[in-house]
Amino acid sequence: MRMDEYQARARAIVEDPNLSFHQRKHHLAYLAESALAYVPLSDAAREALDKQVICDLFEGAAPYRARYILPDYAKALAQGSEYLELEPPRNLEDALDFLLILYQHVPSITGYPVYLGDMDSLLVPFTDGVSDEHLRAALRRFWIALDRTLPDAFTHTNLGPADNRVARTILDIERELFQIVPNVTLKVDPEITPDSLIEDAVQTVFVCAKPHFVNHPLMCRDLGEAYGVASCYNSLRVGGGAHTLVRLNLKEVALRHSGGVERFFTETLPHFAELNAELIEARIRYLVEEVRFYEHDFLAVEGLIDLNRFSAMYGIYGLAECVDILMAHEGKDARYGHDDEANELSYRITKAVADFVAGRPMPYTDGNGGRCLFHSQSGIDSDLEVTAGTRIPIGDEPAMYDHIAAVAPHHDLFGAGVSDIFHVEDTAKRNPEAMVDIIRGAFTRGMRDFTFNLTTNGFIRITGYLVRKSDVEGFEEHGARHGSSAFAHGSVVNSHVEARSVKRMENRERAASRAPQ
Amino acid sequence: MLPRGHLSSRIPFSFVDGPGNRFVVFMQGCNFDCVVCHNPHTIAECNGCNDCVDRCPELALALVGEDVQPALSRDRCTDCDICIEVCAFDSSPLTWWATVDEMLAEIREAAPFIKGVTVSGGEATLQHEFVRRLFAAIKADPTLSHLSTLVDSNGAAPPEVWDALAPVMDGAMLDLKAFDPDVHLRMTGAPNDQVLASIRYLATRGLLSEVRLLIVPGLNDSPDMLDETAAWLRSVDPAIALKVIGFRKHGTRPVADGLSEPEPEALSAIGRRFREAGFDQVAVI
Repeated sequence: MRMDEYQARARAIVEDPNLSFHQRKHHLAYLAESALAYVPLSDAAREALDKQVICDLFEGAAPYRARYILPDYAKALAQGSEYLELEPPRNLEDALDFLLILYQHVPSITGYPVYLGDMDSLLVPFTDGVSDEHLRAALRRFWIALDRTLPDAFTHTNLGPADNRVARTILDIERELFQIVPNVTLKVDPEITPDSLIEDAVQTVFVCAKPHFVNHPLMCRDLGEAYGVASCYNSLRVGGGAHTLVRLNLKEVALRHSGGVERFFTETLPHFAELNAELIEARIRYLVEEVRFYEHDFLAVEGLIDLNRFSAMYGIYGLAECVDILMAHEGKDARYGHDDEANELSYRITKAVADFVAGRPMPYTDGNGGRCLFHSQSGIDSDLEVTAGTRIPIGDEPAMYDHIAAVAPHHDLFGAGVSDIFHVEDTAKRNPEAMVDIIRGAFTRGMRDFTFNLTTNGFIRITGYLVRKSDVEGFEEHGARHGSSAFAHGSVVNSHVEARSVKRMENRERAASRAPQ
Repeated sequence: MLPRGHLSSRIPFSFVDGPGNRFVVFMQGCNFDCVVCHNPHTIAECNGCNDCVDRCPELALALVGEDVQPALSRDRCTDCDICIEVCAFDSSPLTWWATVDEMLAEIREAAPFIKGVTVSGGEATLQHEFVRRLFAAIKADPTLSHLSTLVDSNGAAPPEVWDALAPVMDGAMLDLKAFDPDVHLRMTGAPNDQVLASIRYLATRGLLSEVRLLIVPGLNDSPDMLDETAAWLRSVDPAIALKVIGFRKHGTRPVADGLSEPEPEALSAIGRRFREAGFDQVAVI
């Protein structure tokens, strides 16, 4: 970057009226990092990166902190922190203060923690003898503090799978406060999580589009019991995390392919899949070997994170377009999400990349047996004409039952998370049990992550994180307090996320005219 | 071969046909002709007039052999529903005849996601033997027997039908379009004595899941009639679950053009009226 260009960009940030002071500082830091040479890459990988066939999600040229960090907060609460000069907390108030302080010192790609811990498991030990009123008042203050001190909805906490008073109280507070921070995931174990807790969470979704639901047994199979969901849909090991997330744009891969489908699997896909891996490896080596992040950060020094519990996320996106392009190569007008043949091809593609990832050794990924974790990446605001992860394109989703049937087979592969968003009409509010049935069914069918939202509430789900509709609408005029609202503004403009088709499952007028396919 | 059911539709997920998420089978054919019907194409059997065949823009319909109803080519159909709109006889060429086994196969697929199966319509009880066999098959299948079986009915069925269904049916959701016989006749083209008898009959056997009161302003919402309705229902069983449903014009025929939808406040007031009359379970929709 030339100095005059650097200065012009710095000045634009400094003078951007839509950015707060902290947001300007964050952008300036990113600009400074961009001025450094990119981590070393082969020419082929460099070109693929420049053309966005592979994408580093704008993590920066010289990574100096891990992308997603999931500190072992339980350990921190038990041992206190020498670095922060904090004794182990002994009561609820001390524990909440301890966490608020610790969060300020947890980095991630966004500069703020993306994982706040499994909040109910962390706090239940501090609630013996605490009255319901006391607990609610304390948690409510804590929840407001989180929203006002952590700048975006990539901040995520987890609840469940066991039922407890803290989880119930947090859901109740969520319904009252209508905040975007933190984002929430409920871990659901069909054997342990009672219907009434899932229904409580469903009722919370009706109000504020949170929480997400994850298939706890499936997560435990892939990540062990000590896992957490960070940012949105990123499942990783607690005490570890992901060095980086680099994603392969399957649409761009398909556009660079000529010939039949078989050659796609033997030549084109493996070629770009390896370039994506090369980029991941280069970024990991820089972070671990040059920056030596895991040697100097106090989280590592105090044992709250351990390099051996880290891996990297190997993401894919644009599956829908990839499938449709390859079907067109075969002279077929079969669409992903709607035609069996297209769906079968989609499963073959994700399986092929999953097999590649499982067979590609990667340094410093002992957190996943020396391999990357496979991830269906849920998109960023600048994505144009390419569908997030393995989703069916917005507005093109079939009715919910067919939608689940089409996407569920992918979920088994994505240990680090996958996202499909289901939109339901308001009538669901009168029958929350129905959503409980569907969530249980989705997990029985092998889904890993389940997210739904009403078409009518005041939140809008962008790629997984949330913004208030009112924040997006007002953004052009006066900016937004939360950093993710600015991303969301771009996403709404760029990809019509508001046009996501509504599933009119109760519409008898349409339904009553359907004969078997 | 056992008789097939004549179906107008089925959906694997419904939030509005009983508790939880339900698989719903819509039977073709109804013995009422309600002014307020919003699925009028489910009322009649096809009479073979052929109008829809000519009007289908995709050429997806054709008369085949001696069949009365045109055959549908699924490959060509784009679900534009023009055939339904042009049908002057309250029918549809999209209906089909299904066996119990065919429906069971679909229900098995949806089973992990649902709390039960509801048979609706049209009027489900007109094909009660098919409904009975479907429910009996569900109850006899160890992988499906946990599913609840409900019938959604206009209530115009004799006790023998309910007796036949009772061993395999967990409950029935009945409409009461109007308590006043004259108003009922005007609204549905049929008397309501059998409807009232069905409500009492099912309630005494613990098979009445709910009673729906469809409110049409100016037709069946007079305070006197509402009070009479409440008094009679209370005499049957004060524990009846009630649903007060506002009439909606969507999907209705021109005959309903003069009718209006109730104001939300008026509907809420009717809900309150029933609560004050002693009903604990009153939902207003």
